This record gives sequence, structure tokens and C-alpha cells, in this order.
Amino acid sequence: MSIGLTVNGRDVALNADPVTPLLDVLRNYLDLKGTRYGCGLEQCGTCMVLIDGEAAYSCAREIGSVAGCSVVTIEGLGTPQHPHRLQTAFLEEQAGQCGYCLSGIIISAKALLDRNPAPSRADIVAALDKHLCRCGTHTRIIAAVQKAALMGEVA
Amino acid sequence: MSDTLPLSIVNNRRMDKWLGFQPDRTVRLAVGKVEIGQGVLTALSQIAAEELDVAIGRIDILSGDTADAPDEGSTSSSQSIEVSGRSVRLVSAELRTRVIGRLAQRLNCAPEDLSVEDGVFLQDGNPTGHDYWSFAAPEDFAAAIEGSAVPKPFASYRVVGQPVPRRDLIAKVSGAAFIHDIVRSDMLHARALRQPSRGARLQALDEAAIRRAAGGAIQIVRVGDFVAFVGADETVVQRAAVAAPVHAVWTGVRELTPLQQEAAWFRDQPSDDRFIGDPGPPSEVGMVVSETYSRPFVAHAALAPSCGLAEYRDGHLSVWSHTQGVYPLRNALADILGLQRDQVTVRHAHGAGCYGHNGADDAALDAAIIALQVPDRCIRVQWRREEEFGYEPVSTAHMTRLRAALDDNGRPVDWTAEVWAGSHVQRPVFGGVMLAHEALPNPPPPAKANDPTEANGGGGTRNGFPMYDFPAKRVIHHLALQTPVRTSSLRGLGALPNVYALECFMDELAERAGIDPVEYRLSLLSDPRARHLIENVAARCDWASRWPVGTGRGLGLAWSRYKNKAAYACVAVELDVDQDVRLRRVWCAADAGLVINPDGARNQLEGGIVHAASMTLKEQVTLDGDGITSLDWASYPIMKFSEVPEIDVEIVARPELPTLGMGECTFGPTAAAIGNAVAHALGVRIRDMPLTRERIAAALVR
Repeated sequence: MSIGLTVNGRDVALNADPVTPLLDVLRNYLDLKGTRYGCGLEQCGTCMVLIDGEAAYSCAREIGSVAGCSVVTIEGLGTPQHPHRLQTAFLEEQAGQCGYCLSGIIISAKALLDRNPAPSRADIVAALDKHLCRCGTHTRIIAAVQKAALMGEVA
Repeated sequence: MSDTLPLSIVNNRRMDKWLGFQPDRTVRLAVGKVEIGQGVLTALSQIAAEELDVAIGRIDILSGDTADAPDEGSTSSSQSIEVSGRSVRLVSAELRTRVIGRLAQRLNCAPEDLSVEDGVFLQDGNPTGHDYWSFAAPEDFAAAIEGSAVPKPFASYRVVGQPVPRRDLIAKVSGAAFIHDIVRSDMLHARALRQPSRGARLQALDEAAIRRAAGGAIQIVRVGDFVAFVGADETVVQRAAVAAPVHAVWTGVRELTPLQQEAAWFRDQPSDDRFIGDPGPPSEVGMVVSETYSRPFVAHAALAPSCGLAEYRDGHLSVWSHTQGVYPLRNALADILGLQRDQVTVRHAHGAGCYGHNGADDAALDAAIIALQVPDRCIRVQWRREEEFGYEPVSTAHMTRLRAALDDNGRPVDWTAEVWAGSHVQRPVFGGVMLAHEALPNPPPPAKANDPTEANGGGGTRNGFPMYDFPAKRVIHHLALQTPVRTSSLRGLGALPNVYALECFMDELAERAGIDPVEYRLSLLSDPRARHLIENVAARCDWASRWPVGTGRGLGLAWSRYKNKAAYACVAVELDVDQDVRLRRVWCAADAGLVINPDGARNQLEGGIVHAASMTLKEQVTLDGDGITSLDWASYPIMKFSEVPEIDVEIVARPELPTLGMGECTFGPTAAAIGNAVAHALGVRIRDMPLTRERIAAALVR
């Protein structure tokens, strides 16, 4: 059976088993590799996407449950040629070591800035607390989100 | 000259192994060290750009490739800039010298009359019409590298010492960037059924039940007791792997108990004992004080479970891995699979930060075993989260007992550190075994207990010798012959537990002597670089205003020189303790000699602080039944955004001094500074890591 949804603004119809994890659909059916597998248990945040504007785990989310929804992945935010201000801010702050956590974190930061364009440090920490970063880049990541928020004010 | 060449050059004397000028006006730099999140490729590119005088953007770096890049062993132990960086500097300076020397002959001028601007040659500042790309010739690459060219003086550096952004980061914030994301046209996904332990035999496997659970087409590959599920649909093979353990019956599975998860368990185990340092038994003269400190088994806990790709075509095995060493992995794979080394190519692809020897190499072996059974297809093995936690080699539990004989002023005159631990390094090249090898029909003998030599910084003994001016010091090392689970290298090896012990004990001795801990340290320390860092951090954290013990808020300080020969770091921590420890602020000063990329260095220093704090406060691998029971992020918690303190890092500039490896230098000092701050906050010392709520409660009722 066909499941219809919007991914990064594009309508897609998928012939997928409805219990297939959204993460697998994004990575293997749609070749969107920026959404990453970390645990499959909704514990680390590397698989975070926007579902109808809200940050949501994709690793245990069945594709059947997002039929008709709008899904945005890191590829939907910006590209290396035309980066989103969050991506620009992360590069300017060099807010990464291995970088595996970053796409999920930027997704949660996007959801935060959309609902709160001028977040406090505590707001940012609260929004990112479900994400793990093993390299210990936390302080730079927080600084990058703060910078992106300021770039938004100017824009 | 050649006897002083770095090992990387000794093993790779051909110039074209390292450098080449490419038609698109870039410079190909090939290195054996690999990017594991530490920014090493950026720093090495800076060194080459500096010595060749080309723009940093022209450096096209290739790393970790047994077909096309030099063999530089493993990327470990903070040696990449010390060893590979020195090599790249010498090689680049020599190539520049060769090309300029020939051009000077052609132009009938002195080499000193020539200069290079972004790869273009100038004579007395005027164009010559020549550049590297037009003038370099095969003869510049023909002779073996001598290492005789003189690199630039540091005072003329324009690229080295500047913050340069990482070129790999853009992909990591925008899409595909990792080995996990590689797609090959005929790729098959695979998952393994893990042998519960060495020696376990697969008695029965209900393949029909597994196929039903998979709900799609899978091939089941069996080689001895190694089992894998292979298919075109990753979701289907994942379901097979999740379902499989309950449909498998094993015999001969080892039994573990929680007793074995504690470092103290090693005290009663057979061991290889070594005595290093001042001869003679520990002094019994004067006041003798002794305390014991420990750290449990801890996991690398990479954010991405390991992944490996392999394809076997026309008798050649091609492997992609996020290994720390492509050549050692190639050799191990060839040996295990009965192939010639030239039949195997291993290429590095980026993975999540590994912090040491995790499941990367093992996942590559899984893929290679399957590829030999399913030739002419690319096999992609993705480990599952519980597989990474359950089967990666973990860092050994480690116990350090310190003993000091004190003079009348309470200062040590005789110092003994006694260490009990398993092997800190069990890479395949160091006598370790690869995971799936144990399940194959001809399994290897048990891993041999092993540790790096003292010349290489030691393992269990790493930073076991204090750098204080004690008249007599010795280390007694009990290297356990066996460990309950596989162990191998993790950031700093024994440095964290040994520095925790040493620097906590120093605070305890200072308190006993009635002397301020910073003053006490300085009275026993003549190394000027160490003294400078301690004074720097003490001033920044306002140590002079430190308050009395037992208020619930603590300030602690500690320092070390990593391996007693790499970078220095001093760390102070301010924290609150009620039920849990809450870090408030961290101050750090580091001295790593000439720093190639200050921004990258700062990132590493900060990351090491957070990683060490996480380990000190939260982390422990738990054991029970047939193996490791801390199999997810709930049972193996690490530091979260809401727990990370403000961190203030200062790098002391010493551009005139040789570069010192600094990726691990904050590790021990951070742990010990936390230990000292907790003792200051509580008025009670906790000597066993991690410093959890349970340990705090137990310490307070003691």
C-alpha cells in the first residue's frame, strides 16, 4: 500500500510496510543520509527530524503513523551551497568534533528558534537536553544556537 | 640524519607516498593518520601549506588508505601531531628545497634569491614564470626522503598557529558524511548474531523463526559459530537480528557476576608483576600513609554504533572502516581470512568519535567474513546499539594504591604506586583478538595480557610516576593475565585513574600537613612549565579566596603532564554537592608547545574535560550473567547538556618549543580536580569512581 507524506517540501508516495521506521525510509528509500542512526531507542537524538514543525525521533517512529504529515530533515534546512543560518552558525563557531550528533541537534534547535526566536541559554539547554554529544562539544553548540538566534534578529 | 627521522618517514621513504602536485593546482598530501573527530587533517594540512608556501585551500588531503597513503600505524595516544606532523613538516620542507634547488640552477641564481607565494616562484620578488605545478618533475620525487631540509623558523609562520576551520564539518551539518552513509550500487545490508562469549558453541538456531520475524527475504550466513543475516532491505535484516538471540541455543557460555565489574576484583587475580623505578622495598621510616583509589570498567560509547563495508571481487577484498589504523587492520584481516596482504585494501571512512579502540575493526571483520561468503556484492554491516555496548572492547577497571613515607613536614620522601588492572591495549597488533575471529572454525588463542612499554607511555602505569620532586619513587604493576570481558585502549589508558589517585592523594597529604593544596604542590615541584600552569589556574579561579571545607560547595585543582612527556594541563573545578554533583565552572590551562591550530586544540581540551567529567561522575560498565548488562544510554548514562559546566580554557603559547600531543592531557586533571572539589564540598573523600549519588550517600554516613 502507498503511504503519502511531504518530505522537505516534496510530496512523496511510498510503497513501504507501514511499520518500517521513518528513519529507515528517510535513509534507504529517499537517500537522505543526514538523519542518523544512533540507538533506535529514542535515547540519543541523532535521528531527530521535524514532523509538522515539532522535533521528533524518527528511529522508532513507524512510517504509517506519519502519513499525511510534513517531515523536514537536515537536508531540508539548507545545503552546503545555501546553508541555513543554524548551519552557518555551527560552522562559524566550529561547533563540532566528530559531528555525528550535529544534524539531530540542529533540527531541535530549528524547532526551538521557530517557536522562540530569542531563547535564553537555559531555553537552549532545555531544548537540547534530549541530545547526546560524546565529544564534549556542548558549550560550542550552545554558543552556535545563540549566534543563529542573533543572526535571525538581524535578518 | 636518518636515525633521527620520525618513524612515519623511516617506514615511508618515497616522496610520492606523501606529496604530489595535481593538474588542478592542488597539492595532494597523503597521510596515515585519520580523522576521528579531533581535527587532525586540518592541522596536518596547515603544516604542509606552511612549509610549501601554498594556500591552505590547495591542500587536498588523503588519509588512511592502504593502497595510496603511507603506513603510520594507528591514530592514537596523542601522537598524530608529534609524529605525523613532524613528518609532514620535514617532507614538505624537503620537497620545497628540492624544487627550489633545481629552479635556482636553471635560473643561475642562489636558492636564497627565490621565494614562493602560494606555489608561485619569485626571484627577488619578481615573477619567474614558474610554479610547483609547471616546474616540479619526477626527479624531485625520485630520491628517498633524507629529512635534511631545514623547516621554517616558527617566527615566520603564517598558517601554522592560526585558527583554521575544519573542512569536513560542512558535510556533517548538512547530510551524508560518514561511513554509515556510503551507498554502493549492489549493496546488501547485514547484521550479526553475536557469540555470547569466547568458546560458546551454537547448539541450535531456529532459522525458520528468524525468517518469520524478519518478514522479508534474508540470507543466513554461517561460518563456524559466526552467524549473519544478509539482505537488500535493512529494516528486514535488522528485525532478523533483533529476533535472533531468543532463537539461538548456545553452550559453553561464560558466567559473569557483578563482583567482577569492580576494580578490586583484580587484586586477587593472577598477574604479570613488574617493579619499575627506585629499587628496594617501600620505606617504612617515618609516618607512612596509604590510600586506594579506583575506576571501574568504562565504555567508549561512541554515538554511532560501528559500521563496516567489504566487497570481495576477483580475489581482492576491499574494506571501508572507521578504524584507527588501516594498515594494522588490513594485516589482521588478511591473517584471519587466509589472504595475502596485497589481496586486501582498507580505506578509512569517517565514523563517530571513537576515543580509542572500539567496535570499528570488529565490524570490518564481520563485513569481510560475510563478503567472502557472498562475493561480488558490497556487504554493509551496521552494529546495533546493544551490540556496541555489549561487545566493543571496554577500558579495564583499574585500582591504584598509593603509599607515602612522610618527613617531619608531611612531605613524601618515598612514594610507591601499586596498580592492579587488565590490559589497557589489546589491539590485534598487540596480541588482542578480533571479535568474530573467536567464532570462526579456527579461533585464535586467548588474548595475551599486554600493555604499552614504558617508553611508549605505559598502560596501567601511565602517569603512575609522579613528577613531583620526591627523593624515591617506584611503581608496582600487577597486569592481570585475564579480564572478564575484552579490554582495550580508551583515551589516556591508565592516566585518568592514576592521576585521579595521585592528585587526590596530594590533597589528602596537604590537608594532613595543614598546608594549602596549591602551596603544598608548588613546594614539591620544580618543573617550571607545570608551576606556571598551576599558578595561572589558581589565579583565574581565585584559589586564594577558597572557603572552608564541608559547605556543600567545593573548589578543587589538579594537574598532570600526559604520559609525563606530552602536553601539560592544569584544571580547577567548582561544584555543588547535594544528592548529586553539579559542576558549576571549570578553568583549564594547557601547555602543548607549538600549537598548530589553536581553535582545534581548544575544542579537544574542552571535549576532554567534558568526557573526563562524564567518566568521573557517571560511567560504569556493569557485568552479570553472560556479559555486559549496560547496553543502552539509560543503563550507561553520559553527561547531558544540562550537566555541562561553564568551561574557560587558556592555552599558554610556547611556539618556540616542540609540539606536544594534547588530545588527552585534560583527562586525568579533570577527574582529580572533581575528586578534590567533592572532598572540599563534603569534608569526606570518595576514592572510587564514579562519584554517583549512591557513593556520596555512602560516604556521608561513613
